[in-house]
Amino acid sequence: MSEIVIVGLNHRTAPVEVRERLAFPADTVGHALRGLRERDGISEGVILSTCNRVEVCVLSDIGYKGVEHVKDFLAGFHGVPIGELSDHLYHYLGEEAVRHLFRVSSSLDSMVLGEPQILGQVKDAYGYACEFKTIGPVLDKFFTKSFSVAKRVRTETRVANSAVSYAAVELAKKILGDLTDKVVMLIGAGEMCELAARHLLSSGAKGILITNRTFERAVHLAEEFDGTAVRFEELATHLKRADIILSSTGSPHFILKREDVEAVIRIRRNRPMFFIDMAVPRDIDPDANEIDNVYVYDIDDLNNVIETNLEERQREAELAEEIVVAEVAGFRRWLDSQQVTPTIVSLRRKFDEVRQAEVAKALSALGEADPKTRKVVESLAASILNKVLHSPIASLKRETDGRSPMEMVTAVREIFDLPEEEEEGAPEAAERPPGQGGNVGRQ
Amino acid sequence: MNTLLLKVTAIFYLVGALAYLHFIFTLNERSAKVGRMLLLVGVILHGAGFVARYFVAGYTPITSLFESLSFSAFAIVCVFLAFELRYHLRVLGAFVAPLAFGFSVSAAFLPGEVRALAPALNSYWLPVHVILLFFGNAVFAVAFGAAIMYLLMERELKRKKLGAIFKRLPSLDVLDDINYRCLTIGFPLLTLGIITGSIWAEYAWGSYWSWDPKEVWSLITWLLYAALLHGRMTVGWRGRKAAILAIVGFCAILFTFLGVNLLLPGLHTYTNLSG
Repeated sequence: MSEIVIVGLNHRTAPVEVRERLAFPADTVGHALRGLRERDGISEGVILSTCNRVEVCVLSDIGYKGVEHVKDFLAGFHGVPIGELSDHLYHYLGEEAVRHLFRVSSSLDSMVLGEPQILGQVKDAYGYACEFKTIGPVLDKFFTKSFSVAKRVRTETRVANSAVSYAAVELAKKILGDLTDKVVMLIGAGEMCELAARHLLSSGAKGILITNRTFERAVHLAEEFDGTAVRFEELATHLKRADIILSSTGSPHFILKREDVEAVIRIRRNRPMFFIDMAVPRDIDPDANEIDNVYVYDIDDLNNVIETNLEERQREAELAEEIVVAEVAGFRRWLDSQQVTPTIVSLRRKFDEVRQAEVAKALSALGEADPKTRKVVESLAASILNKVLHSPIASLKRETDGRSPMEMVTAVREIFDLPEEEEEGAPEAAERPPGQGGNVGRQ
Repeated sequence: MNTLLLKVTAIFYLVGALAYLHFIFTLNERSAKVGRMLLLVGVILHGAGFVARYFVAGYTPITSLFESLSFSAFAIVCVFLAFELRYHLRVLGAFVAPLAFGFSVSAAFLPGEVRALAPALNSYWLPVHVILLFFGNAVFAVAFGAAIMYLLMERELKRKKLGAIFKRLPSLDVLDDINYRCLTIGFPLLTLGIITGSIWAEYAWGSYWSWDPKEVWSLITWLLYAALLHGRMTVGWRGRKAAILAIVGFCAILFTFLGVNLLLPGLHTYTNLSG
């Protein structure tokens, strides 16, 4: 029986020294994914590796035994004795695994509850698995579902919202006081910066200046925010107008050095400035924080600060957990329907409906048929059905060697257009035909 | 005002200060309200005591050290309540009310009997000179409290480890604004106090300025605050620098008020420990 299996470790179960050793740098992920797929009984795989967690998610055709295979793989790939790892590793199967990934994607399992980066990291992990063709129909559906769960959590609760941008607003208020006469400046584009900017504006900030290396992008955003676009080259001249500066450019070095900030603060006659640097590598020289009336917070600082509003987010997190529970149940139903037996049942049911309808049609065409004719018609239909269904059902039931029964199930379900046992329609599945990734992945 | 009444007042200030401290630790709104009520009752009693003593003594009772300390406490509580009314800065109470208690309780342990007024002090200038200066000092005491709050808050924000202080104190902007407002109120009071003192000195001692230690230290204090005001208005000093100067300025005030009396002999020795 196929099971979704997740084996991993995170900031709670393993110290950074262990996490470092088990991390998969971006350039090794492809190699690792291929290695994972070559293992017996593992038909799909995704690897998530961030600084706080390493998670290996596979579709195991050998049920629980898949856990040992993945652990073995982790130890082997990194050359770490398995004995040193087992204390730090956790594993989840089936429904537990579903719940775990949904919680991870929704940032409910993060060190900083609600921090928004994790979803991007899960998406990256999914992207790698697609690129290296190690994802199949089940994990494909699983991961895309986790993105939509994360999105639901983000829009229906304030867990994610209230994290970074909440901290930014709180800090801005404590540094600058009343925000109604304060001007925000957005340098570069980034989801988090834009979210924080929106929060600052809705907390009363007077206006927003937007700059970007691509001026068109700045103009576009300025329209969206009802702000003013500024050319990136003119950043220095406009900086003095800004009280709160949000920055996230892809620049490899500081775009504002300590001297630049010193010059601006002098022009501003020491009116305080609050820099929020969300870029990695950083945009603003952290030394600028030492200047009087200048406060520079980078993303790590903000994440630390966020702990102070933990209480509120914990309440929101409870709402989020309810969403996760509901979604897990929905996904579980889909997953169950992907198993062999329910597939056979619904296959039979579907053809039985056809049989009954056709028999009824034929009988009514025959008019007043004698019982013998009726019997012949009925048995004809039944035996055709049995003969037609014999080989697909036999194939489904057959012990598959080396390939996932899930693939067969998915194929059968698609060919015969069997209904999905899930509450809501599955638009993700429609966009990406199930089965495709998996078939290619076995090359 | 007799010592007993002052002691009762001091107890009101003490409990008021404790209520404000309780407020700052627990953020229980009721504690702040209780604190304000206690200070209000205390300050009314205190004021009534002064009026009574004025009639008993026949002169403005701010001449001895006992009376000066007592009046300082009175002025500080008055100014604090005015600021609280205007800016709703309840946490300030936790920093300023203990100061008022300190002044009143040290007065309560000094000899407080009404004595005959020294002839040189018998003048209409006495109340003008002294009340201006004491209220000026009280305003600077509030600035001192706000400055300490500013430095605590700034330190947390710079170190990025936000804890209890971050949650409790008002924004840096508000604290800096208090600093500025206190300066714009306190500095004219201080200036007028020194000028009236100087005019009075011409009448009483025959000279506007005689480099008496109190005068020297008043001048030092005045120069400190003048520098702060000038820095704020012209080069845009604010924040940390302004807070540190407000603290240094208040230390100068304390020394002018107490240190000079107790340590340096001079013309102003009406208010030393012996009376």
